[in-house]
Amino acid sequence: MGPAGSCAHDRLTGVLTGKPSGNETRSRSGRKPALDTTITLTVDGERRELTVDNRTTLLDALRDGLGVYSPKKGCDHGQCGACTVLLSGRRILSCLALAVAHDGAEVTTAAGLGEGEELHPVAQAFLNHDGFQCGYCTPGQICSAVGMLAEVDQGWPSHVTEDLGAPVEFDEAEIRERMSGNLCRCGAYPGIVDAIREASR
Amino acid sequence: MIPFTYSRPSVAAEAVEAVTADPGASFLAGGTNLVDHLKLGIASPTALVDVRDVVGDQVEELPRGGVRIGAGVTNSELAAHPLIRARYPLLSSAVLAGASGQLRNMATTGGNLLQRTRCPYFQDVTTPCNKRAPGSGCSALEGYGRDNAVLGASEQCVATHPSDMAVALLALEAVVRVLGPSGEREVPLEAFHRLPGADPERDTVLEHGELITAVDLPAPPKGARSAYRKVRDRSSYAFALVSVAVIVRVQSEQIADARIAFGGVAHAPWRAHRAEEALRDRLVTEASFRVAAETEFVEARTGRENAFKVPLAVNTCAAVLRSLTGATR
Repeated sequence: MGPAGSCAHDRLTGVLTGKPSGNETRSRSGRKPALDTTITLTVDGERRELTVDNRTTLLDALRDGLGVYSPKKGCDHGQCGACTVLLSGRRILSCLALAVAHDGAEVTTAAGLGEGEELHPVAQAFLNHDGFQCGYCTPGQICSAVGMLAEVDQGWPSHVTEDLGAPVEFDEAEIRERMSGNLCRCGAYPGIVDAIREASR
Repeated sequence: MIPFTYSRPSVAAEAVEAVTADPGASFLAGGTNLVDHLKLGIASPTALVDVRDVVGDQVEELPRGGVRIGAGVTNSELAAHPLIRARYPLLSSAVLAGASGQLRNMATTGGNLLQRTRCPYFQDVTTPCNKRAPGSGCSALEGYGRDNAVLGASEQCVATHPSDMAVALLALEAVVRVLGPSGEREVPLEAFHRLPGADPERDTVLEHGELITAVDLPAPPKGARSAYRKVRDRSSYAFALVSVAVIVRVQSEQIADARIAFGGVAHAPWRAHRAEEALRDRLVTEASFRVAAETEFVEARTGRENAFKVPLAVNTCAAVLRSLTGATR
């Protein structure tokens, strides 16, 4: 784990206790500027309040602060996509987002996509097509796929879209290009592509 | 990572004032580059001033056929915007050639221009780097050199600028709108990014506290065709080894106008004025394209590991010109 991870772990003490941290107290007394901030996140439909060190990423706030372990820490540098969540429906990398900059945000993780016991169609398609082996990258893959399919529905082009003015012809090349920000070390890519193709129908 | 305060002003002048008054302060927008730098120890601000509420997040039409892109417009929104796709497909193509879907949803127009080099030594705080630690030396000169610049580099720095978007903006003759403590100014993109010279720690001409509020594009050249082509080590989600943006207008089998910009070859996106001059009024033939592109790289300085960039850039430029003009080999 990189320095940010261990830092965040140490500095998230006091989170969820509801007690203002030392830094915040200093701030209220007006002597020192605040280095911690109390924020609200709606995570998978549940409104949660927590106090974060300003350095905390959204990923660390979710995992270490709120115990939401669905998004994973892979590279922690925006290169692997394992931490992908949906922010107001848009896929983003939670490892490169500061929690403090997303006060009030609506976050959906892969765990929050289904309806009760029923899996989201994209998650079900990953099961149907063996779109994973170890499963570590899977929550990020699924969130990314859900966000990506919404982008396609809106007519957003990609690098491999031939005609920027025409509707997207959604084929394997489009899936591979649009999912290139999600790495899978097990190499389950053929299954992932099949799953997304099924879910897109 | 050292602690920092966080503020999110609602007025641009407040954001500018906050950063101007504090040498340790830094603007924050999408955060995709800055947050990584905080983790790597490359940047260590003591105050972050979030500008997402104070810079525009819309693409607006300007009189005379241009557009104004708010600095807060995300890369995704920019590439997908109907006005951009219709008038500036070159820009959409370049933006879509960069990063990943998730990153483009976060990264902003202003932030893209301010992203820093991906030189591996710049990103590794255990090695000397004049850009990160002025005076410490350049590890890339003798080290891993595959990414190094071939044009406009200095003894102090051989880093390349990583943006795709900026290469297209340069060919489109974009103007950067900047708000500083003493008011607004406009900086043509060509004058915005610097060559490294003796002070490679400065990527751009911006002073501390100056904020990009928007990027203006003039109307696209009438009757011209354009394309962006990027060559990289894998087909997606990688920085350019070489990229080229071309806008060309052909009249009676001759090149009437051409604008060419290269990425991956220099410390800044590189406008190829020499190549453009060499193309003017030339017949649309493979030979004209090749001679023009080679002219741009006459003064290229290469090392053992990056010499491939010159023929790669020449071939890529010629290929794009060929496909845009319908010339045959």
